[in-house]
Amino acid sequence: MSDAPHILTLKIDDQDVSAVEGQTILAVARENGIAVPTLCFLKGLSPVGACRLCLVEIKGVPKLLPACVTRAAEGMEVTTDSPRLREYRRTILELLFAERNHVCSICVSNNNCELQSLARAQGLTHVRVPYRHPRLGVDATHSRFSADHNRCILCARCVRVCDEIEGAHTWDIMGRGIDCRVITDMNQPWGQSDTCTSCGKCVHVCPTGTLTEKGVAAAEMKKRQQFLPYLTAMREERE
Amino acid sequence: MTPEELRELAARRREELQEFKYRLNVCLAAGCQSCHGDSVYKALKAEVESRKLEGVQVRGVGCLSLCAEGPLVQVEPDNLLYQRVRAEDAPELIESMYGKPLKRLACPTDAPFFAAQKQIVLENSGRIDPESLEDYLAADGYEGLMRALTEMTPAEVIAEMTTSGLRGRGGGGFPTGLKWSTVAKSKGAKKFVICNGDEGDPGAFMDRSVLESDPHRVIEGMIIAGYAVGASHGYAYIRAEYPLAVKRIQNAIKQATKVGLLGEGICGTGFGFTIEVRLGAGAFVCGEETALIASIEGKRGQPRPRPPFPAESGLWGYPTLINNVETFANVPPILRNGGAWFAGMGTEKSKGTKVFALAGRVKNTGLIEVPMGITLRKIIFDIGGGIPDGKKFKAVQTGGPSGGCIPEEHLDMPVDYDSLAKVGSIMGSGGMIVMDETSCMVDVAKYFMEFCKSESCGKCVPCRAGTDQMHGLLSKICAGEATMDDLALLEHLCEVVKNTSLCGLGQTAPNPVLSTLRYFRHEYLAHIQEKRCPAGVCKIKAAAEVHA
Repeated sequence: MSDAPHILTLKIDDQDVSAVEGQTILAVARENGIAVPTLCFLKGLSPVGACRLCLVEIKGVPKLLPACVTRAAEGMEVTTDSPRLREYRRTILELLFAERNHVCSICVSNNNCELQSLARAQGLTHVRVPYRHPRLGVDATHSRFSADHNRCILCARCVRVCDEIEGAHTWDIMGRGIDCRVITDMNQPWGQSDTCTSCGKCVHVCPTGTLTEKGVAAAEMKKRQQFLPYLTAMREERE
Repeated sequence: MTPEELRELAARRREELQEFKYRLNVCLAAGCQSCHGDSVYKALKAEVESRKLEGVQVRGVGCLSLCAEGPLVQVEPDNLLYQRVRAEDAPELIESMYGKPLKRLACPTDAPFFAAQKQIVLENSGRIDPESLEDYLAADGYEGLMRALTEMTPAEVIAEMTTSGLRGRGGGGFPTGLKWSTVAKSKGAKKFVICNGDEGDPGAFMDRSVLESDPHRVIEGMIIAGYAVGASHGYAYIRAEYPLAVKRIQNAIKQATKVGLLGEGICGTGFGFTIEVRLGAGAFVCGEETALIASIEGKRGQPRPRPPFPAESGLWGYPTLINNVETFANVPPILRNGGAWFAGMGTEKSKGTKVFALAGRVKNTGLIEVPMGITLRKIIFDIGGGIPDGKKFKAVQTGGPSGGCIPEEHLDMPVDYDSLAKVGSIMGSGGMIVMDETSCMVDVAKYFMEFCKSESCGKCVPCRAGTDQMHGLLSKICAGEATMDDLALLEHLCEVVKNTSLCGLGQTAPNPVLSTLRYFRHEYLAHIQEKRCPAGVCKIKAAAEVHA
């Protein structure tokens, strides 16, 4: 048998595309300039398929499947955009906006927020489900960073980057369902965490204004995620 | 031990059992225990001892089926069943063995409740001592395993399972033979077998009863599965809320290990298999296979997207076979009697029998096993004895929080995987809750949604936030504060959550709402438009009160 990669051909949105065996639909789509919305996905972190925004239709498959974890297959016919998918994506975004207190105008991440830009891209003009207005705290005990749980969408990027890239596993998730919350260590204040290395990776992978640097004002918090592809590339090279 | 030695053990126990002229089988399963079955057991035992009776055995057994009338005592050799027995009845009961049956406590065993049942999974339930390996052996226990190990290749075992047509009893109904063959074909340095005993549907106690009444049967099924797919280690994942089931399965594992039915070189063959018990920590979602696997691995019990399916990449990344308790319990009789025998029962696409936990507004609540294809009407009105207090039947809920409510008009439909799906419900693991006219269907839907909301793991957005929003809207409807727009939004959320959630919990969470909307929409409309609850369950403030 040869070591040459097995090449597949498939169709995404009626466009003929090629893929290497093992590649996800999302990777192939992005390679070909086909936009698929994602929120929990971040290249360099393990995909979890949790936000459900990248769901796509696959001919012959009754269920919608997340593009971020579904592997491309020979002859597959994928639809990434349809009225139904658009409606579902909008509803999921509405559910997120109503879940916690996402008040863009006073948010440090205003105009630099992935949730906000996705909502714009999906044409979300209003939220139909009732706002829950939960009373959630802000953890400002860390000397350089703060965590505003009102903005958290539980994408678990912070949990993954801390565990998989930094190797500290300071972040985790506690509770169930609507009561889930990201926590540091055993639910201690962030500033008292024994494991946190203060590397700031969690802050920069956070898609919203939840994890931020202290001292930034509204709309000033720009996230810098360049370290992630760099580190991933370096590690892959070493393997 | 070799098969010959095991069979000798079985023969010896059969002889021992024959030494007793009379036998009193006292149900010590959870239902009867909760109404002091153990004190009846102790009283009978003390009575026999104080009278120095010979040839009389008092034996604690598993579920005797009619939980509603417990504690139950069965008397052999006449096979009389006594109901609602109390410790004080012991002397009279003992005397009745030598004289006339005790009419006062007699339970009619020719009633449809017993006559319409067909027991395969529960064949030993109430007939053997669940804590005795010898009792199980004497009832042809481990014969299926011995046949598999000594006469069949793994491929032949799988072929037998495929012939049987058995489908997964955990709810999904996936063909068991196909699942086994997939795991057998998967490549891995190791393979695992997992028994899913994380039964968590409200009102369901099928797996619990099987584990409490006949634990060796589940172990035998797991070993056969291990042999068939090429696994040498198994995990029995049982929820910690079932302490008796956990105790009995641990005891059974110890006994089986002692006689070499577990461990290296089972029955003198080259095949080895071990089983470890893992306790569930109270999360309903851990009944979902990928969440259950994460839980065994010591991680947070959260599902992950499939594919890859556990058959390909399961526990610690190895190919893993995961089946439900009842599925494993069906395996030994299939191996003993052949797949064709099993396929002779049931309907075209749903073979064999199904155990149901019959509960709710029905006279005979209890654990029943019926052939597939029986009608719901027969289950509820013949076996169940109908609705108590002269009330009118309204709906039957199958499949727990993932299922739906089925109205009167569909009661003559056969009970099988496909028919139940057609009317908007599911077979599920076997919970069956009967409701009468005093139940408000919106309130029922709200109850199940509250369950799903609090059991959602919170990983994916539609299930986490969607179940909360749907519960909010249902509460609003129940309070008489909702508008037609709210109803439209509820229906929309049902569709989104059903189609976009990550795992089965979210994908099926809207089912109770969708099925009640389908058959009882008028009740929703009465709450919204007329501000009244037809069943009188929901407290709706009168308009005057609202304005006051």
